[in-house]
Amino acid sequence: MPSFQTQPVLIVAAILFALGLTGVLVRRNIIFMLISVEIMLNAAGLAFVAAGARWGQPDGQVMFLFILAMAASEISVALALVMQAYHQHKTLDVEELNALKDGTEPGFG
Amino acid sequence: MSLLFYISSVVAIVATLLVITCHRPIHALLYLVVSFLAVSMIFLSLGAPFVAVLEVILYAGAIIVLLIFVVMMLNLGQEAALQEKQWLQPKVWVGPSILVAVLLLEMSILLLRGESAAIQPAVDMKRISLVLFKEYVIAVELVGFLLMAGIVGAAHIGKHKKKHPHRFLQNGKENGHADNNENNKEVKPGELLKEEMIHN
Repeated sequence: MPSFQTQPVLIVAAILFALGLTGVLVRRNIIFMLISVEIMLNAAGLAFVAAGARWGQPDGQVMFLFILAMAASEISVALALVMQAYHQHKTLDVEELNALKDGTEPGFG
Repeated sequence: MSLLFYISSVVAIVATLLVITCHRPIHALLYLVVSFLAVSMIFLSLGAPFVAVLEVILYAGAIIVLLIFVVMMLNLGQEAALQEKQWLQPKVWVGPSILVAVLLLEMSILLLRGESAAIQPAVDMKRISLVLFKEYVIAVELVGFLLMAGIVGAAHIGKHKKKHPHRFLQNGKENGHADNNENNKEVKPGELLKEEMIHN
């Protein structure tokens, strides 16, 4: 039987996830949005590990390994995209990167 | 052990709050390292030392280094040296250092107290690896595909080979007269500006 209570861990994971979500919604710098996504993935991994430790099963930690690999590949591709976007548009503000939006000139708001 | 968890989670929440409220990316990254280290201490208190080690190595090591590389590369300019001087001021690193000192104190107390219940793993390593390579072997291979695709995609996207912009961006100049849309005129100045920006 585990020597801890699961509820505080899940509450901490939820708070971290909410902070990451707030960061994605509030910040307009694309690097800060990526950082917030990493925080959210980390919080999800925390919830997985807490659940796995609660039931004494290894599946939670296995899932954390998969989340880790996914976060690593996601951040590498996303940072390559950020570099390209910065070289083409000279900005990291997501309000400026609206070339896919209808009715605007490409690349300029 | 419960105290360990509560202190670590308070540090994690404070550091994450500071991450999403910082203005400079490099300050946010310093606090993000602290946040990951604190979550790693939480893992240790949950009885998952393997995951805690992986968190430190991969999150606080690899991913943060990748982010710092990109932040540094995007800040190239004549003000880079001035920024460097600003970043070394105490008010930049005092906040993260205090939070990390709390974690270090926690860990040293844990180590000095000797045989502690917190280091006992909830699930032993052997079971994790057996499950990982028996039941989840397909998922492991899929993760291998994902990492391969990530490497190839990052290498392809990050390749710096841009002599002319995309054809949608340049057709206002070259074959814009062949197009029949009438808002071609108002698109044109922006695109010319854009092209000369890209050539610069």
